[in-house]
Amino acid sequence: MSKRDYSLFGPDAKRAVESGLTAAEWYHTEVPRKVMKDLMARSDAPAIRDTIILYGSMIVLAGIGIALWPTLWSAPFWLAYGVLYGSASDARWHECGHGTAFKTPWMNDWVYQIASFMIMRNSATWRWSHARHHSETYLVGRDPEIAVMRPPEVAKLVLNFFGILDVIAFFPRILKNAISGPTPEERTYVPQSEWGKVQRVAIVHVSIYAATLALAVWMQSILPLMVIGLPRMYGAWHHVMTGLLQHGGLADNVVDHRLNSRTVYMNPVSRFIYWNMNYHVEHHMFPMVPYHALPRLHEVIKADLPPPNRSIAEAFREMWPAIKRQVMNEDYYVRRDLPPTAKPYREDFHQYVPGMMPTAAAE
Amino acid sequence: MPWIDACSTTDIDEEDLIRWDHAGQTFAIYHSPDGDFFATAGLCTHENVHLCDGLVMGNLIECPKHNGQFDYRTGEAMRAPVCVNLKTYPVKVDGDRVFVEVA
Ligand code: FES
Repeated sequence: MSKRDYSLFGPDAKRAVESGLTAAEWYHTEVPRKVMKDLMARSDAPAIRDTIILYGSMIVLAGIGIALWPTLWSAPFWLAYGVLYGSASDARWHECGHGTAFKTPWMNDWVYQIASFMIMRNSATWRWSHARHHSETYLVGRDPEIAVMRPPEVAKLVLNFFGILDVIAFFPRILKNAISGPTPEERTYVPQSEWGKVQRVAIVHVSIYAATLALAVWMQSILPLMVIGLPRMYGAWHHVMTGLLQHGGLADNVVDHRLNSRTVYMNPVSRFIYWNMNYHVEHHMFPMVPYHALPRLHEVIKADLPPPNRSIAEAFREMWPAIKRQVMNEDYYVRRDLPPTAKPYREDFHQYVPGMMPTAAAE
Repeated sequence: MPWIDACSTTDIDEEDLIRWDHAGQTFAIYHSPDGDFFATAGLCTHENVHLCDGLVMGNLIECPKHNGQFDYRTGEAMRAPVCVNLKTYPVKVDGDRVFVEVA
């Protein structure tokens, strides 16, 4: 059994480059250019509608939560507010980071900055880590956004349903960014021209948290933190639940998104929160298709994809046992059957195993 | 510098591009919404992805991999993660043919 090293400076990172894995071309389903152009077309209307619903709901829910504070009657309103703050922001961060949510660039940028703050990510750093996640999805030692590292640490996964580890990791990092710019690891994927921006964004984030904390101390109440900061924890569960499903239990070190990503049919509320990222194979194969066109893209290419999971629960029933098996055997992964209409999986680099460079790949 | 006959004006829809390979190099040829033609290097300066699968919006080409954008008229990098400008090539139209001056 191989041992994976997820460090961006480790031996697996080096091997992924040396074996040609990082330079390999990813598999794409053939889509006629006219159809693809139509799918890629940008529009402001769906995202404006969704943003008004999102921020409008947040204002109303937080308002009621504050009005009913500190009684227990406020709890359901905080829980709903928390999911919009601590989970829907993840999807907004993601889509606006790609620049596809709105047609108008400044709208993308504004929602991206607000969402980055709420989800506790430095907007100037994570844009780059996400670019790497797309070029080198689940290549061990190269992808800085691997949610389930093997062997999986189940306790950590569970803690993150409440954002605990993310938040603990965030504060020292944003303080370091505010004081001295990107960390050495971040400097491997953030170009030098952006290092100043990393620091400036961090200063803004730190200042807002400092002001919120000062207000809480002055009021002698955690209420300000219920509005800013804590919802990243008590509302994180939805984005962790959907985020784990993106790649959890599937293959790593492959160059075919059908092997390492998962499409799951979801209920409309989860799809609103998650902004259609449940069509995850589709998103990775064609990142320039906006979230609102993903259901249409799915219809166009589904004959070439493994059958989607029918619900969140069904997807967990597939993923969770696989994660548990990976605890004992980190090479294990779920390999879904393709329909007869699909082209075979790209096998070129599947012989590559972390920790062991096969001769064929090394040549 | 030689002017090379690259394609017909009707080969590229308005507000679209095609890939054109010549002498071991790959190029992208654009048909702008104003009806003009332009040519750039065919690969994105971020990670060498073919721009021909990207999206033309006005005077911008968006890369299909990470949504970086260039102004294809000047090659200027307009949106992260692209930071390095794209090389551009002179283009002329003669009748219904598009010629690119290849360096
Ligand atoms: S390869 Fe073009 S933006 Fe990354």
